[in-house]
Order: sequence, then C-alpha cells, then structure tokens
Amino acid sequence: MASKTIEINPITRVEGHGKVTIQLDDAGNAVSARFHDTQFRGFEKFCEGQVFQEMPNLTPRICGICPVSHQLASAKACDAILGKELTRPAKLLRELLHKAQFIQSHALHFFHLASPDFLLGFDSDPATRNVIGLIGADPALATEAVKLRSLGQTIIKKLGGKKVHMNAAIPGGMTTALSAEDRDYFLKQMGWALADAQLAVKILKEYVAANADMVNSFATFPSAYLGMVDKDNNLELYDGNLRVVDSKGVVLEDQFDPSKYLDIIAEYVEDWSYMKFPFYKSLGYPGGIYRAGPLGRLNACTGIKTPVANAEFKLYKKLSPNGLVEGSMYFHYARLIELIYCIERTTELLEDKDITSTDLQVTSNKYNEQGVGVVEAPRGTLFHHYWVDETGKITGVNLIVATGNNNAAMNRSVYEVAKQYIKGGKVTEGILNRVEAAIRCYDPCLSCSTHALGQMPLHIQLRAPDGSIVQDIYS
Amino acid sequence: MAKVKVATVWLESCAGCHMSFLDVDEFIIDLSKLVEFRRSPITDIKGFDDVTVGIVEGSVGNEEEKEVIEELRHHCKILMALGDCACFGGVCAMRNTLDKETVLKRAYIDAPSNYKGKIPVAPGVPELLDKVYPANQIVKVDCYVPGCPPEPEAIKFGLTELLAGRIPVVPSNIMRFD
Repeated sequence: MASKTIEINPITRVEGHGKVTIQLDDAGNAVSARFHDTQFRGFEKFCEGQVFQEMPNLTPRICGICPVSHQLASAKACDAILGKELTRPAKLLRELLHKAQFIQSHALHFFHLASPDFLLGFDSDPATRNVIGLIGADPALATEAVKLRSLGQTIIKKLGGKKVHMNAAIPGGMTTALSAEDRDYFLKQMGWALADAQLAVKILKEYVAANADMVNSFATFPSAYLGMVDKDNNLELYDGNLRVVDSKGVVLEDQFDPSKYLDIIAEYVEDWSYMKFPFYKSLGYPGGIYRAGPLGRLNACTGIKTPVANAEFKLYKKLSPNGLVEGSMYFHYARLIELIYCIERTTELLEDKDITSTDLQVTSNKYNEQGVGVVEAPRGTLFHHYWVDETGKITGVNLIVATGNNNAAMNRSVYEVAKQYIKGGKVTEGILNRVEAAIRCYDPCLSCSTHALGQMPLHIQLRAPDGSIVQDIYS
Repeated sequence: MAKVKVATVWLESCAGCHMSFLDVDEFIIDLSKLVEFRRSPITDIKGFDDVTVGIVEGSVGNEEEKEVIEELRHHCKILMALGDCACFGGVCAMRNTLDKETVLKRAYIDAPSNYKGKIPVAPGVPELLDKVYPANQIVKVDCYVPGCPPEPEAIKFGLTELLAGRIPVVPSNIMRFD
C-alpha cells in the first residue's frame, strides 16, 4: 500500500480559511500532520503611512470575534507613543470593556461550540451535533447561552457604540463614560451570569468524570506556557507582566516587561502556512514551542484574585502532581475558570466609585518613536508594536496575534490525535470530529465564526501519491 | 410552506459580519423556522447545491476565494453582499496601493520578530491575486447590506425583505458604514 496524504479542507477561517493535511505511511498510520492557515491580508504593511491615532480603529478589523483585544492592544501601544499614564477611570473602563469581551467570547465558545460534543456526544449524528441541535435538545440551556453572550456584547456596545468594531478605546483613554443607570442595570445581571458560568463548569466536569481516559489522553503533551500576571503572579488579562514556565514548571521568565517581547519571542515561518510560528527564543524552534490562552495562562500564574474562580483554580491545579495541566481538552476547563473570574471581576469594576467618572482622556503633542501594547486576548497574548515619525505617521508595525501563539501547539495536537485514532488508513466521521476537536480546544480564531455557529465543516480527501482521490469523506 | 434555502460564505474578511448576524440574538431561532441553511458556517454541508439566496462576507483576494464566490454565484438566484469588504473591498483593499510582493515581504521576511523568514507558497497556501476586489468585480451581485459590520438590525431587515420577495434597500435609520 502506497503512502497517502489526507487533506481536510476547508476548516473555515482564521478570518478566512484553513486546512489540515495528514501524511500516512505505507501501513496507513499518521506520520505527520499540518494545519495550514490560507488567508493573508497584510495589515503590517498597509498600516504604514497612517497616523497612529487611526490604529485603534483599523486593527480591530483583523478579527471580528475579538475586536476589543486588538483595540486595547493598539490603544496601549498608542499610549506608549504619547508617553502618558492614563487616568484611573479610563483604566477601569478599559478593563470593563475587556472583561465584557471575555464573557461573550468564552461563553460563546463553550456553549455554542464545545458543549454539543459534551452534551450530545463526539459520535452523535453530525447533522444535529451543533448549536441548532442543542436548541432542540435543551432549549433552556441554549437560551442561557444566548443571554450570557448578549450580556457581554451589550456592555461593549454601551462603551463603544457597536457590538462589533466598537469605538471605545482611543490613544490616551476612552471615548464614552458609563452612566450610573447602565452600571446599575449591569450589576443586576451579574448574579445569573455567575450561575450560568458555574453551570457550564458542572457540565464540563460531569463529562470529564465520565470520560476520564479519553480526556486525559487527548492531545496531551508537554510544552512551555506563557501568560500575563499581576505583581503577585496572579492571573491578569489587561495590564501586567509576562511569565513563562517550562514543561517542568521551572520559571523561565519572571515579571518580564512585555514591551521587551522581542528579546524572548521570535516567529518561525513555514512556507506552507500564512500563520507564523512564535517560539520562546532561548529554547529555539521547535524546542521553544509554548502554549498561550486559557491553559497557558492558568499554568503560568499562581493564583486568581476573585474567590469563586480561585477555589476552582485550586481544584484545577490538583489535576497534576506539579500543577501543570498538559491535556489540550483541559483548555475548556481553564476557559470556564477564566469566565468565572471575568464575571466576578466585572462586578468589582462596576462597584468601583470611579467607574462612572468622566475623567477619561489625557493627551500629548510629543511622540515617542515607538510603542508596544500587550494584552491577553481570549485566545492568548496579543502584541502590537508601532514605530512613528515625528508627525505621528506609522513607519513600522509588528503584530503577534493571539491564535498564532498556539499555532505550533495546534499542529502538534492535530498530529497527536491523528496518530492516536487513524490506524491502517481508516478514517471515519467520528475520527474527523476528534481532529476538529483537537483544534477546537484552542478556540482559535479560525474557528471563531464556526464556534459561534456550530460545527466546524471539514472535508477529508484521501489521496494517492499521484493525486487521485482514494476516499472522500464529508463530516 | 417550504423553507427558503440560503448559503453563506466568508472570504477575505474578519468574520465580523457573521458575528453581527449572530447578534440578532433570538431572531436566529425564528429565522431557522423560515430558512434552511445549506453550505454555511452554521452547517456541516461542504459542497454547494442550488439555493435561493447566497450571502457573501468578505472581499476576494486570493485564488481560492475567487473560486468560492464563482461557485456560490453559479448556485444561487440572488446574491447579497454583506458588509463593506464584500460591497466595496473594505479594509482588505488597503493593500491595493502596494504590490503583493511588498506586502508579503514585510510580513514574512522583514518583520522584526521573524526568524529565518520566507514567503509561504502554493500549494500549501493559495496564491494572492494582484489586487483585492469587492464581490461585484468578480461576479454579478443583486443587493447590498454595507457596514463594518452591518448592524444586526440591518441584517435582519435584509433577510426579512428577501423572504418577502423584495430586493432590500437598507433605510437610513439602520444604515451605517463604520
């Protein structure tokens, strides 16, 4: 039997389209797997020549699923160019905006995308294994899912005029104050929101308990981990220093200033994907592969500042002897712990006396030559770096986007799952769904839209070396 | 009454128009009673079959996207361009003032975080077109719902009009380009 390549195409977007290819050996077992990002737009080049103040409006268009992250990273880079410290109310409102995005994004990913696998089953009928099927199977739960996402989106709209591509964070501050009336309304929603998040944790834990062998063996591998922390190494999402730990838990970078990211992170380029492969520089490529996003953050930090989330975090840490959780399926658990944290933190922010202040702007006529802005996006650490001339025109842009951090890890995960499940050249729809699930753990932006709406559509072709199609499988 | 068949695709874009479509919240449940989604992110249907309405988000900037929109046009009676990228080229068309090699070189060779940079090539990735095009420069488009993204209300209006057998013209109170 000749070796074959399996192509999975399309996996729908990273703001576009992706595909997976799996190489089989003569015996029909997977020997390698690649995840290709097939869209390229060129923001780093075409933003040159713009005035830097435009960047917080331009860069959210990189991603319609997490535009808030891009606007905040961009505004922080612009703050650094202005060289000004923000007012306390502006910082609070930016953090509120950020938490609202995490609530909508994490809730959406769990309920709309991931939960059909857990509630309906990985091997259930693919025609109904999606959010529409979930509406039919559990309309009450589906209604809570719509409500929780809508709550996050509504806060974003109040602060920036629109739910997607809002105009909220600008260089030196925020555009819009929060009214006392809106604050009171949102505060009243936080009780049921927290209950919804805890319900999601319960659903996930029940699934894990009933399927422990599968969950623990699913794309489980060692890697380094990257996340933002506060000064006490607690989880931080909007503004803090970076922490990197290796696969044994040894701290490689402690309280690292994110504006110096070029000293520790570089991006490898493979000629078969438009998505680059960031790695931790001193360990080289591919030895320096790390994971970011919820799993990376919870493995990198030592605690969470809010009580309910921290109690759950302590249980998470007990999943492994050294406190590092390696199984990709546990991304879902980490994500839900963050969801709880974001709801608790939103309550704290709304209760702060400064949250309705109108003291939201500082500015300057003098520009520093460059500025770096870093935030944690729902899917990982996001870096914006701009260089400007004396008139404020952009002369250079460097971006490392959240999903990119996990590019190498997603490739590894696809390979691990393919190796585990594809034996003797046999590929079934259920295996297909598990390959999807390996990517889905990371909640990458390529599945953002899909995760909003249900099942990631895949098409697998088994091809002989001459290119002829041996087997066609549609999920 | 038979459900109206609808197919949706996203091409070169940020997925924000599909997100704004989701922001119609509970309307999507009502809609699912009137509409059958065929090839779309909300289904597992891979290939195109004949539908009444095709909806395209995004501009056309590479060979694969060109093939997809041509195939969608072939299979739909009415094609709606959703959002600024599909209607006008949008933010994606900002690369049209530059040649594609310059844009690729910046991202994959010159960017300061790159290590051993090189430009990705087919067949691993689809080749870029020389320019980024709005939908109507590649295929015939029947109606437009612009915006970056369109307001959820505008998307709801567009679909409601189509289901009533009319070509939608978005009224000023729900129309915005930003």
